Amino acid sequence: MSVGTLPEVKRGLVGAAFQSKSFALGFAVTAVFILAALLSLIWTPYDATALAVSDKLKAPSGLHWFGTDHFGRDIFSMIMVGARTSIAVAFVAVGIGIAAGVPLGLWAAAKQGSLVDEIIMRANDLVFAFPALLIAILITAVFGPSAINAIIAIGIFNIPVFARLARGAALTLWTREYIFAARVAGKGAVRISAEHILPNIMNLLIVQGTIQFSLGILADAALSYVGLGAQPPTPSWGRMLADAQTMISLAPHMALFPGAAIVLTVLGLNLMGDGLRDLFDPKLRRSRS
Amino acid sequence: MNSLMKLMTTAAILVATSALTPAFAANTAITVGMVLEPPNLDPTSGAAAAIREVTYANIFQGLTRFDANGAIVPDLAKSWDISADGLTYTFHLATGVKFHDGSPFSADDVKFSLDRARAPDSTNAQKGLFADIASVDVVDPATVKVTLKKPNGSFLFNMAWGDAVILSPKSIATEATNPVGTGPFKFVNWVKGDRVELAKFEGYWGAAPKLDKVTFKFISDPSAAFAAMMAGDVDAFPLFPAAETLEQFKADPRFEVISGNTEGETLLAMNNGKKPFDNIKVREAVAHAINRKEIIDGAMFGYGTPIGTHFAPHNPDYVDLTAQSNYDPEKSKALLKEAGYPDGFTVSLKLPPPPYARRGGEIIAAQLAKVGIKAEITNVEWAQWLEQVFKGKDYDLTIVSHTEPMDIDIYGRDNYYFNYKSDAFKKIMTDLSGTTDPAKRSELLKAAQKRIADDYVNAFLFELPKLGVANAKIVGLWKNQPTPSNDMSEVYWKD
Repeated sequence: MSVGTLPEVKRGLVGAAFQSKSFALGFAVTAVFILAALLSLIWTPYDATALAVSDKLKAPSGLHWFGTDHFGRDIFSMIMVGARTSIAVAFVAVGIGIAAGVPLGLWAAAKQGSLVDEIIMRANDLVFAFPALLIAILITAVFGPSAINAIIAIGIFNIPVFARLARGAALTLWTREYIFAARVAGKGAVRISAEHILPNIMNLLIVQGTIQFSLGILADAALSYVGLGAQPPTPSWGRMLADAQTMISLAPHMALFPGAAIVLTVLGLNLMGDGLRDLFDPKLRRSRS
Repeated sequence: MNSLMKLMTTAAILVATSALTPAFAANTAITVGMVLEPPNLDPTSGAAAAIREVTYANIFQGLTRFDANGAIVPDLAKSWDISADGLTYTFHLATGVKFHDGSPFSADDVKFSLDRARAPDSTNAQKGLFADIASVDVVDPATVKVTLKKPNGSFLFNMAWGDAVILSPKSIATEATNPVGTGPFKFVNWVKGDRVELAKFEGYWGAAPKLDKVTFKFISDPSAAFAAMMAGDVDAFPLFPAAETLEQFKADPRFEVISGNTEGETLLAMNNGKKPFDNIKVREAVAHAINRKEIIDGAMFGYGTPIGTHFAPHNPDYVDLTAQSNYDPEKSKALLKEAGYPDGFTVSLKLPPPPYARRGGEIIAAQLAKVGIKAEITNVEWAQWLEQVFKGKDYDLTIVSHTEPMDIDIYGRDNYYFNYKSDAFKKIMTDLSGTTDPAKRSELLKAAQKRIADDYVNAFLFELPKLGVANAKIVGLWKNQPTPSNDMSEVYWKD
């Protein structure tokens, strides 16, 4: 290990993490949804896309735990499959953001002050200046609504977030002595970025990734709410909410459960992110011990 | 300080009383909710139903008109004589009629309006209505003679359409934004994106309307429409967009739910010119895969009459052919096998915005999946639908309601988006337009219905209901919708 702080963090990381109440709670909530999403691959109580119009708008009961929607579909099953859609969309979108944004940020930091730095960062500003949802609507309007396009739209918005974060964090590291030592030893910018800088900003990326993940879920819900996300019959939380809108006084459970699913997942991920930040932040850690 | 307080209290009381006063006086104003805002207000140059919903029988009148039950009754023409050969119609016009701008109405205006509508450069959306007119002649200021090229049994019906209203040549240039007609209400104001206001026309020639002020308010969002009704911001919503909330209105004594008929045949349209729907066996298979009851229950909350052909069930000439395309998935599968698709196929299903299409589409996709047809749903906006489906004929399946009255002739049109080509059907239509004998016409109309049902041109789903909500104290609203209209001439508030 080349870095001073990392081994120390790694030791007992899991134990320390679960001592943080917000992390433990957030992790538990998130885990429930991830497990539900995975479980939906092999089992759901009912077929989430099977219509049974005669059973429509049933209130929650032992038969249908979360009730049924206006087509008689089982809402519990739809939430499970919807979790899969939301999580997949958000996960891949954050993946795009990290995969494209982090190298760009590191490159910009390595060439600090150069033309490359300027171009990368101003291009990032350009993307950043657009409201994320507007970009998403633009993309889906041009290429047609689908889950794939929602992923691309949310992913593009994630790129400048990670690029800025990586550049900012890397810039401070570039002034450190051990980086200087590496340069003296003859390592090139690429190797230094990969071997010394990236491991040291990993904690920041993980925290930001968690937060972006929750924003991704929210963005996916918003897009499918306006009809630009996954297309029917694939269940999605946002569309379930949109469908429930006019029936809210008739069948409040139709809005309640997908709404609660969105809130809880986002809350869970944010708590997890908070917990991780506390854990990684040396200042807070010292004050805790 | 004290005097200021006093002043403020007095002002508050004054405001409160002035706000309350209208509630005690007889109510002569009404606010009517509509889902879509009209693109302009000239029914003679735009196809949108919303134009007629504002102007028909309120601002504009024609020679004849539809009454609340769809019968053709005199309007600006008090009476008419038809020559024995069915070629000459002599209309005797109402006298003392004035346009809203004060100019008198005469036979010249009728000639002008009809000639304008049938001119080669006319932008009338229903030019076919005027196609049989050979000439329009002014006999005297109160008499017009219309000569037809060939007998047309539905000429008086055609003249009742919103597209055939009589305009004044003087106001023609500004008709789209400042309509001037002869009706009981005159145009006052149009706040784009929000409302159109009409006021009673004092110089109206007929029985004076009971309302002084009519406001059409445009609310496209179903939940906002529900809230507006509940809050009393809107007094009546003749085409209410959220069928699922009607139970609540029914349970509330403040409201009346008005459920009637429209002329809207709702179809699962199939592209007859494109594989696999160019094969009649495939179309028949689709027809048998559809469970109409499930669609009506699921998408329309039980409102809607199943249809088996393209004809309004409340029309006396309607033939119930629903049994011919009954729900029979086994037969459907067998037919697909015969047609060479034992494992089904994948097609696109384009859905315009109305709930009947979006919700109906999800149900139909699930029903088709049961016989092996995979329908991939694409939601489109109206502009896209008109461009891609209606004009471009770039679709496999789509769901839409055809709300024009007596529009079975669309199956005989070349280049219509169904891509249905049948000489047998065209012959029936030609015979029909040359027949004036009611019994023969009825026979031909029945034959036409049978023809398209036998050819399984489309999957015929249900007749769109007219589901309206109104304040229970409002009297005189139309129950049915024989033509797009919100006729306010006989509407009033009871005490």
